[in-house]
Amino acid sequence: MPLSQIDQLVKGVLKGDRKSIAKTISLIENEMPETQKLISLIYPHTGNAHIIGVTGPLGSGKSTLIEKIAKEIRKSKRTVGIVAVDPTSPFSGGAFLGDRVRMQDLSIDEGVFIRSMATRGSMGGVAKATKDAVNVLDASGKDVIIVETVGAGQTEVDVIKIAQTIVVVLAPGLGDEIQAIKAGIMEIGNIFVVNKADLENVDNAVSAIEAMLEMNTQKKEWKPAVVKTIATRGEGITELIEKISHHKAYLDSGAILAQSRQRIEIELEEAVKQRLTEVILDKLKRREEFHELVDKILAKETDPYTAADVLLEGRLKKYKNS
Amino acid sequence: MTAEKKIRVLVAKPGLDSHDRGAKVVARALRDAGMEVIYTGLRQTPEQIVETALQEDVDVIGLSILSGAHTVLFPRIMELMKKKKLDDILVFAGGIIPQEDVPALKKIGIAEVFGPGTPTDTLVKFVRESVRRKK
Repeated sequence: MPLSQIDQLVKGVLKGDRKSIAKTISLIENEMPETQKLISLIYPHTGNAHIIGVTGPLGSGKSTLIEKIAKEIRKSKRTVGIVAVDPTSPFSGGAFLGDRVRMQDLSIDEGVFIRSMATRGSMGGVAKATKDAVNVLDASGKDVIIVETVGAGQTEVDVIKIAQTIVVVLAPGLGDEIQAIKAGIMEIGNIFVVNKADLENVDNAVSAIEAMLEMNTQKKEWKPAVVKTIATRGEGITELIEKISHHKAYLDSGAILAQSRQRIEIELEEAVKQRLTEVILDKLKRREEFHELVDKILAKETDPYTAADVLLEGRLKKYKNS
Repeated sequence: MTAEKKIRVLVAKPGLDSHDRGAKVVARALRDAGMEVIYTGLRQTPEQIVETALQEDVDVIGLSILSGAHTVLFPRIMELMKKKKLDDILVFAGGIIPQEDVPALKKIGIAEVFGPGTPTDTLVKFVRESVRRKK
């Protein structure tokens, strides 16, 4: 793509042009050659949006809740970007992206941009391109960006690399009273929502969460809030928005710097890892030596770690001693 | 490193159909064929469908309709697509659409109309080959 076209796209994104936003996200998602240039031009314009991650088990009502949150935010005329992630089938490579079904009212609101995204193999609950899609929406001027992760279990916690405020959505009877004690999403939540609060056992769920939070021995400055909602009826939403604002205020009072620093460190680490793969590993894989070592490992003449050292011998000397 | 480009399809139900069994069968078939299928649910207006296609940057739109309102809704959809400069998106349709209406629909840009009972393989093949030809 000629530079002039890239510039056009970036200009469009910065103006909030929806087609430019959509096309840019696609280019990044497909890892087209233009990606790096696009990201480098967009990145300086990020950092203004409040990024909210919404996670939780399947069936807890995340999408419905997000629609209500977005509608509430729109009342104050602030604009919203939503990235809804769903899993890619490991067998077919395809995906059924149905989160928009619960957000129908928002599709023609000019102040809302919704993008459905498939994980395409990423295991942490979000897609590889989710972070950059958020950056594009941020640069386009969205005030709030909501990332809906794949229904989370204990390992889908990559959302902490992207979001500033994490909302964990649970529902009574999804086994969460016991799940609450486990690590993972219970450790990353800033706000816990017990949705479908009209069901039985809602108070048990709330107590279980509060008990678990009490048990948390790590001294945290922000005490996670617990909110009850009935998303389908729009109940509890005002209280939830309030808690989200409180968290934003807490972040703005200084905590955000440390949090941003942490996130960016992870981002840089991952970018370096990606480069190492591209520059070193891909080259090594194309060498005869690589395949000979595979044969040796198969014949049990060596093991993968020793083989790795052989492959890298001499190449890492520069780094080993610094 | 360039990732393999996935085909993104919007399966949409314009109008007031009361069920979406057929649309979901199509959506699942396309997903099983490796495509990313965005499904937006029942009772979509032409405006909602076109705006969704724009935001999701889809390659294909599949319109599913049972009510007979295709004569009114499809031209509205194609008109909006043109207005928003989305005419490079492949549009096909299915559901209950009488054979005699098909030529008029093709004239406004609907690439193909598939009747009930069309094997999903036919659909998948059609989408794959049409998208390939457009590139």
